Amino acid sequence: MKKVKEFIKYDEPVITIRDLYKSFGDLHILRGVDLDLYQGENLVVLGRSGTGKSVLIKIIVGLLQADSGMVEVLGHSLRDISIKDLQALRLKVGFSFQSSALYDSMTVRENLEFPLVRVNRNLTRKEINTAVTTVLEAVDLLQSIDQMPSELSGGQRKRIGIARTLILRPEIMLYDEPTAGLDPITCIEINKLINEVQDRFETSSIIITHDLACAKSVGDRIVMLLDGTFERQGNFDDIFDTDDPRVKPFRDYNFIE
Amino acid sequence: MISKTIDKYLVDLAEIHRFVMRFFREVFVGPFEFKEIIRQCYEIGVKSLPLISLTGFIIGIVFTKQSRPSLADFGAQAMLPALIAIAVIRALAPLVTALIAAGKVGSQIGAELGSMKVSEQIEAMEVSGTNPFKFLVVSRVVATSIMIPVLVFYTAFVALMGAQMNIAQNEATTITVFFTEVFDAITFRDVFSSLIKSFVFGFTIGIVGCFQGYTSSKGTEGVGRAANWAVVMSMFLIFIEELLIVQILQLIPQ
Repeated sequence: MKKVKEFIKYDEPVITIRDLYKSFGDLHILRGVDLDLYQGENLVVLGRSGTGKSVLIKIIVGLLQADSGMVEVLGHSLRDISIKDLQALRLKVGFSFQSSALYDSMTVRENLEFPLVRVNRNLTRKEINTAVTTVLEAVDLLQSIDQMPSELSGGQRKRIGIARTLILRPEIMLYDEPTAGLDPITCIEINKLINEVQDRFETSSIIITHDLACAKSVGDRIVMLLDGTFERQGNFDDIFDTDDPRVKPFRDYNFIE
Repeated sequence: MISKTIDKYLVDLAEIHRFVMRFFREVFVGPFEFKEIIRQCYEIGVKSLPLISLTGFIIGIVFTKQSRPSLADFGAQAMLPALIAIAVIRALAPLVTALIAAGKVGSQIGAELGSMKVSEQIEAMEVSGTNPFKFLVVSRVVATSIMIPVLVFYTAFVALMGAQMNIAQNEATTITVFFTEVFDAITFRDVFSSLIKSFVFGFTIGIVGCFQGYTSSKGTEGVGRAANWAVVMSMFLIFIEELLIVQILQLIPQ
């Protein structure tokens, strides 16, 4: 049984989603999604590939627009939000991409400095260096500061991707498939990092994954996207305490005991 | 079927219009990415120099050699420097430089932005509070609009040097006489029209390359298509613009 973290405030949602619908042509991806992310919580969204998990978090940061429904992030409704307000809101929401999305023409240092100097143009060189060093230490990759992304392994790229979002000190972290394509040892390291980020940076996070080891390791609460809605939610054991043929194969395939 | 094709064409046209309008909205509003503009000027200008130099020089020599027999029929070889100056400044230098840049720079911009789009780098900029349009598109279009005119006049100079070398060999004309005749032949209007053309060509190469890359569909195929279309579309537009600008400038009284 996972230890309940006392700093999670279950009466203070930082993201509230109600009756969210999203389609691409005739493909109805999200069909009335309701979701709350509470302050300090790591919420795992499980689901098969193509069920709309990534679509959901892209809607949360305004990269995609919902067809209908309500999305509120840190008290701001995304409906009719101005571009200026959306940009300001995005600074409080870190997004770790599945592909890491590092800028491949820049070194690790430049990747980290890029958002920082554009958000705050008055920073001194010393302040920038301190911020870069701090987040690189947090992801344990200070030695890679002058490397190019092409010289990094998949796991290192994920870590730098997370560091790049942390440098803006977000209140919410969105992880899109953080362990996809990584070996089991690196997966464990990434899971550990996600938990460390939650503790050290006091973030509330949504972790999109279909890796049950990751879900079990990082999730304070788990929701499962089935047929466009969250039909099941709870802790890891609650989710899989069922014979539902849409859910059972997940557990069976991952051999989690 | 036809209706769908027309619909897609109109939608594409509207998208291009929105893209160009967004450029004009953002180009004059800060914060400005000066560092990136200078980096792009270097990438576009300095790195094109070897190719432009070689092409310009060859054009100067070949055009001189091929023009000589026609002028010799009338015993007018002495007119060679003037003829070459007018041809190079008015038409050859802007057109050749723009076509080479469309191939080299346009495809590079299309492929670079296309692969950034595919690998979610543009989205990553967007969610980190940065304006990717300003950083990627505005800086590149400003850089091509500045550097293509510079490259055009450089091409013209190199082409004239090639021509001078050939004329010096065949007609024993000194460099001083050659350039005196060149500057006697060209007018402010020639230089001005060349400048206007090269600025428009530069803008076209930048905006088309950026549009193709920035709006490319996902997948590696999309990157290839963006690079390819950046070149094809730029070259096509450059010829149309050449035709239009020549017509418009001829309407202005001497």
